Amino acid sequence: MGLYIDIKKKLPGFSLQAKLACEQGIIGILGASGSGKSMLLNCIAGLINPDEGKIILNEKTFYDSTQKINLAPRDRKAGFLFQNYALFPHLTIAENIAFGLDALSKSDKNKKVVELMERFHMAGMEKRYPAQISGGQQQRVALARALAVEPELLLLDEPFSALDNHLKVHMMKEMLVSLHEFQGNTLFVTHNIEEAYRLCDRIAVLNAGRVETLGLKKEIFQSPASLETAKITGCKNIAPAVRKSEHMVEVPDWGIQVKTNMKIEQEQGFTGIRANHIKLADDISRENCFPVWITEESEAPFRTTLYLKIGSQPGKLGDFHIQWEVSKDQRDIIKNLPPPVNIYIDPGDVFFVPN
Amino acid sequence: MNFDLSPAWISIKVTFIATIIVFFLGLSIAWWMTNYRGRWQGLLDGIFTLPLVLPPTVAGFGILLLIGKHGPVGKFLNLFGVNIIFSWYAAVIASVVVAFPLMYKTSRGAFEQIDANILNAARTLGVSEWKVFWRVSVPLAWPGIAAATALSFARSMGEFGATLMVAGSIPGQTQTIPIAIYFATLGGDMRVALIWVLIILAISLTVIVLMNYWNSAQSKLKLGAGRK
Repeated sequence: MGLYIDIKKKLPGFSLQAKLACEQGIIGILGASGSGKSMLLNCIAGLINPDEGKIILNEKTFYDSTQKINLAPRDRKAGFLFQNYALFPHLTIAENIAFGLDALSKSDKNKKVVELMERFHMAGMEKRYPAQISGGQQQRVALARALAVEPELLLLDEPFSALDNHLKVHMMKEMLVSLHEFQGNTLFVTHNIEEAYRLCDRIAVLNAGRVETLGLKKEIFQSPASLETAKITGCKNIAPAVRKSEHMVEVPDWGIQVKTNMKIEQEQGFTGIRANHIKLADDISRENCFPVWITEESEAPFRTTLYLKIGSQPGKLGDFHIQWEVSKDQRDIIKNLPPPVNIYIDPGDVFFVPN
Repeated sequence: MNFDLSPAWISIKVTFIATIIVFFLGLSIAWWMTNYRGRWQGLLDGIFTLPLVLPPTVAGFGILLLIGKHGPVGKFLNLFGVNIIFSWYAAVIASVVVAFPLMYKTSRGAFEQIDANILNAARTLGVSEWKVFWRVSVPLAWPGIAAATALSFARSMGEFGATLMVAGSIPGQTQTIPIAIYFATLGGDMRVALIWVLIILAISLTVIVLMNYWNSAQSKLKLGAGRK
């Protein structure tokens, strides 16, 4: 049971070679733009034909190049939520939701539409057209329309990118409820780390058309398996590193040696520390404590990023080693300290990825 | 006054039937070509557009070759004792051939403007291609399709060259208004020619204005139709 994908698709300048096996639940597919995320979803839904491979959902073969099986999109019935929702602009909300329900009798159809309209807090808007409702409501209608045909698979293609921040958080909470009610596989494609983390149990990282990692979200964030995974999951501080001992690496670019809880086997690789994991220290007598100078700072509404140079005073602007993300309060405390500031990096937060 | 009104009835009959045929034929081929991604795309599009760029006499000549007494279609029909050359059916065929490219090109352009995601959304909902076409593609491309139909109608109504070649000018049988105007003028009967000019002007204008009103009423009904 579950979803099994192993497909190849070659395009000029890009090739998708995705292999993925997942059980029921919500899988996040995290990738930068151009990594082939949407292409993967389109191949699964049957909107684009892969060159070769297999796609199987719950023992039902969608596509198999060796057996020459290629189901049409209408026979796959994968619920697809498009980035722009793709509602039918010429049909009312109720007609949009009922669009795929031709197999039902008229009364069953009406019953189902009423039920979905209520479940998605859209009651009373049956007669409106998509252009007459808000972006958040459009998303609800799109999800209701996809779920109306009772798919076993739900494909979400960056569904939050068209919403403003305030609405986004609200809609994510709503979506999470709907997704937990949904008994099937969900693939949620996004380039936004926060969205993936909030919505998914497990995350697959897609890079240049290949699935780099698939694992529990906590593990992927704590100890990414590859450099690309570390970058895509938003790690700001990554530098080449050399193994010193089982739990010690040297980072020549930063001029320091750091201890990590990970067991290091390879000689060469990269070390990473997430910008929000760095802590303020009283002194540098302990392990993994370093004196730093603040080169620049960049202010976001709730957080501030400090650019740090380790071990010596920065020369010019842009001369920094690592980024440190702190809250506004912390920033005020740090700014009041005489330079250099002492920082501590927990060995549990330091990861190493082999070359 | 002894004024023969038959060209009006023949014109209206031929034009309406030709427009209906062109509507369905042009629409289905336009939709098929919109989704066709094969290597013959360019050639096929060229063939479908050809009657638009060629003189109508060339189209007429081509039709004659096909349905004339010695043409393959003509010979075949002759087996059943049917002869369509120099009948009003031939006038319909001529109108269809010359009006087809307008219907095809204009509605294909309208189909290509539709957001592909909307069509894909319909397909993933498990409905047939037939329903995708009639319930999504056609309504979303409607303004373009209506314009295409109006153009095809006008082109059929004004068809002269090809019609004259394949249907001739038999009064009461194949003589349409444009042909009546030509022969009236040729014969120096300017008064009759002018009456026909005014009549064809009235018919064409009425139909196009009616279509415009109907079309904008439809658009108002379907708020936001055709938008992404």
